[in-house]
Amino acid sequence: MRRLAVAILFLLATAPAHAQPPAGISRPANASALSPIELGAALYAGNCSTCHGIAGRGTSDRGPSLRDAGAQAADFYLRTGYMPLTHPDQQPKRGHVDFSERELRVLIAYIASLGNGPPVPAPHPERGNLREGLRLFTSHCAGCHQIVGQGGVVTGARVPPLDQATATQIAEAVRIGPYLMPKFSERDISPAQLDSLVRYVQLTQHPPDRGGWGIGNIGPFPEGMITWLLAALALIATCMVIGRRLGS
Amino acid sequence: MKRFVLTLLAIINGLRRRRERIGAREEEARREEGPIVPPGPHAPRAELAVALLLFAAALCGAGFIVVYAVGGDWNRTQLQGITLGGAFAFLAIALITVGKHLVSEEEVEDSYHDPEHPSEQERIDKIVEESASGITRKKLLITAGGAAGAAVGLAAITPALTLGPLLDTDELRETPWRRGLRLIGEDGKPLFAGQVEEETFYTAFPEHADRDLIGSPVVVVRLAPEQLRLPPERAKWAPLGIVAFSKVCTHAGCAIALYRKPTFKPTQPRPALVCPCHYSTFDPARGGEVIFGPAGRPLPQLPLVVGGDGILRAGGNFSGQVGPAYGTVRSRRPT
Amino acid sequence: MIRRAVAYLDRGTGASPLLRKTLRYAFPDHWSFLLGEVALYSFIVLVATGIYLTLFFEPSLAKTTYNGVYAPLRGMEMSQAYKSVVDISYERNAGLLFRQTHHWAADVFVAAVILHLIRVFFTGAFRRPRTLIWTIGLLMLFTSLLEGYLGYSMVDDLLSGMGLAIGYAVAMSTPVIGANLALGIWGAPYPGAHAFESRMYIAHVLIFPALIATLLALHLALVVRHHHTQFRTSPRATEKRLLGLPTLPAYAPRSLGLMLAVAALLFLLGGLVQINPIWQWGPYEVSQGTNGAQPDWYLGWLIGALRLVPGFDLTVGDYTLVGNPFWGGALFPLVVLLVLLAVPAAERRITRDGSTHNIADRPRDAPGRTAFGMAFLTWVALIFVAGSADRMYVFLGLSYEGQIWFYRVASLVLPFVAYLVTRRVCHALQEAGRIEADAAAAGAKTSTDPPGRDCNAPDAGTGDVRWGT
Repeated sequence: MRRLAVAILFLLATAPAHAQPPAGISRPANASALSPIELGAALYAGNCSTCHGIAGRGTSDRGPSLRDAGAQAADFYLRTGYMPLTHPDQQPKRGHVDFSERELRVLIAYIASLGNGPPVPAPHPERGNLREGLRLFTSHCAGCHQIVGQGGVVTGARVPPLDQATATQIAEAVRIGPYLMPKFSERDISPAQLDSLVRYVQLTQHPPDRGGWGIGNIGPFPEGMITWLLAALALIATCMVIGRRLGS
Repeated sequence: MKRFVLTLLAIINGLRRRRERIGAREEEARREEGPIVPPGPHAPRAELAVALLLFAAALCGAGFIVVYAVGGDWNRTQLQGITLGGAFAFLAIALITVGKHLVSEEEVEDSYHDPEHPSEQERIDKIVEESASGITRKKLLITAGGAAGAAVGLAAITPALTLGPLLDTDELRETPWRRGLRLIGEDGKPLFAGQVEEETFYTAFPEHADRDLIGSPVVVVRLAPEQLRLPPERAKWAPLGIVAFSKVCTHAGCAIALYRKPTFKPTQPRPALVCPCHYSTFDPARGGEVIFGPAGRPLPQLPLVVGGDGILRAGGNFSGQVGPAYGTVRSRRPT
Repeated sequence: MIRRAVAYLDRGTGASPLLRKTLRYAFPDHWSFLLGEVALYSFIVLVATGIYLTLFFEPSLAKTTYNGVYAPLRGMEMSQAYKSVVDISYERNAGLLFRQTHHWAADVFVAAVILHLIRVFFTGAFRRPRTLIWTIGLLMLFTSLLEGYLGYSMVDDLLSGMGLAIGYAVAMSTPVIGANLALGIWGAPYPGAHAFESRMYIAHVLIFPALIATLLALHLALVVRHHHTQFRTSPRATEKRLLGLPTLPAYAPRSLGLMLAVAALLFLLGGLVQINPIWQWGPYEVSQGTNGAQPDWYLGWLIGALRLVPGFDLTVGDYTLVGNPFWGGALFPLVVLLVLLAVPAAERRITRDGSTHNIADRPRDAPGRTAFGMAFLTWVALIFVAGSADRMYVFLGLSYEGQIWFYRVASLVLPFVAYLVTRRVCHALQEAGRIEADAAAAGAKTSTDPPGRDCNAPDAGTGDVRWGT
């Protein structure tokens, strides 16, 4: 009995070390001693290769090739926390990034080195035009992401809201088309147009709520909730103050 | 002069005292009768509260006028709402306080009456019957009256037909697409087959046409030719794997503004056009077949040809009528 | 001074006897009887703010270019209608306040009417002689739904434009006459003739308000004529004798206070909580759509129904007899309306009681009716909630397809559960009341005010247990 208890305690105490990624990131033990390329390769091998194959060549049933992903895609998926995925069938979701800044840089560099993929884009939203951005967003993005970027639904998946996307991530996503999103090349959306698009998305992150509390900026759904959970309750309470109750 | 003024004063004084005497007499009469309304509760603190509330309301009301008048854009709507709403709120609380603390809350009685008056009903029947007692050719008059009523009634509502093409629904079949018309992108420029890439979607309109017609907008996507499973009669409709469908959902007419495209086919669902209203989902590879949602009809497909100049053109009209269903939507071709 | 005013009025109209009766008119005092007033006062705010808006709104679909203050729209082509509303919101002093108050008032108005309807139903106040009042109330409710729909659709913004397409599709899907009906209303195939905007406008600012106001006047006149129902709060309250607070001095300040409270709430909401920020949605175009588009809450039951119906058109060979949107968009609300209209007649038939009732039931004392009401409400409410399945997917991660299936089954099964559970609860409450009454009667031998109901008193009302047992 005592031995069993000790064994259980030992397992519990060492559980973190036994944990498989991405419950944690798998890191090489001698990380500080490795060169950037070596560290990048080691991180890749420990966290990505199961699905994306050796040297990014992809697997038939778990993950695509990363040969032409480039720094653009790596930067996007890693900095948003979309990758690594716990399970290949899962929908990627924005989440906590477990890699450190150094680890991110070397991993992105490693993935970029696997092929001839595009670099991290550098959008200039300050040069963009808001009207142009609204027009582009309405025709290309609003159907999935909702007109002020509050996210939504497509058959079989959730579409994320854009409130946390940085300018770079917006530009990256437009060019990559991550997960189920369509991708828009420079022929579809020119760099100047992309600047306008990014500028508009940034506006939606602080929407022009001239009318007061924005209640989520998705229209009648929260408006109905206010009607019933605030207004109706307040009015019922007022009636109960004015009128009599049964039994009083 | 002095005498004149003194006389005037005396008259006025006399009138005043006469009024007071009348008032006193009436009051005595009323007191003898007894009060109709019982006296209210003695609540000087409540009275003070009401007064304060009313002053607060006045303050808010004035506040609204100030906010309205003062320039500046910042949070104006909010301040206007607070002051005006606040004024109403203070007034409301004041009045409710009056009702509950400053006046008598004694109950009164009243009676419920039976609404029906059977004897009156009978009299009415009798009046109507006796009024018509002189008429002998009842049936003839009723028939004639019926004819007149029906015809005049119909005549009165006939102008309603002007509301729209009520009787002839043929216009519903019309679309602006014709064989040879170029596809124009949203930016007003023609859509080249070479610029249409896979894994994305485009919206296009027929050249020279009103973009806001239900038959105008199409959504264009490009699929790998080996992915296509179009009905056999449409084998030639997709040059280079480019397919075009009406962008208007066949369920309830919303624009099909979503395109779902897999990054990694083995773990992700196939390409689909999705409508944001009720999530009708259409398969472009299978000719717009419905794969989820309440749409009852596949998405009409537009045949495409690539012109000599590389610009995408319509190869004819849609495979079926565009938009939501109605009686002859399936049985008649679009024009 | 009051004396002189009354004298002036009497000399001109001879109305003093009527005025005196009015001043001492009895209002039974239960708080739930105020819900109808809340609806009435919301309607008053609607008309007042609405008149303001008509002074600035331009009901025209003619194209224009925006050059106003709001940057993302500057240089964009849009209809005059849409532009005028952006101007009201951004350039007219107090414009946005009145716009938002008007829209909140519409949402709250319908909510108040429904709360009022629920109260009337569960207390059996729709019974004779008030059946006509009930019918008029239902007509007002359904007219208001259409009125609200037109009101926010006139603006020609992206969200409401999508909603109009759906309305068109529902009209089209009507068996046999659908296409003719839709073409008659819209004047041309979708998006319709420009005249359609004018039709919406005149319907919204004149025809329907006049209709609602007329029905409202009749509704109120009949309530006054028959007097309001009352709960049996004392043994002196009977089917023949009404007890209540008089207009003056007790009730008038209460009513006025409530009116101002409603106005206060609506203007506070109008200033502080944003509603329908159409400048964020952008102008409507047939080829554009946005995710998360919803109708105003009081039409949410219809979007739920539209999403739940499986994907099929009812065809006879090549002929489409019933388009898919008909079931959820037209038949469903029609069934609800017909069921509600039939309630008084059904009650008379099932309880075999066509006599007049002036005493309001406590819901527990009519278990069958209350249980049916809860079941019906459950059915409609589930379909309503189904309309939010996509946002629930976004917030809670519950699969959209899964939710649709859940609601399809639940909306058929749960009403029955609700019926049975409610009946149980009513019986339990009645039993508890009886035990309390017996205990009190046994303990207090000389009480003048027996608690519970004295069913054997000579002028006892007829509000006893009727439906089911």
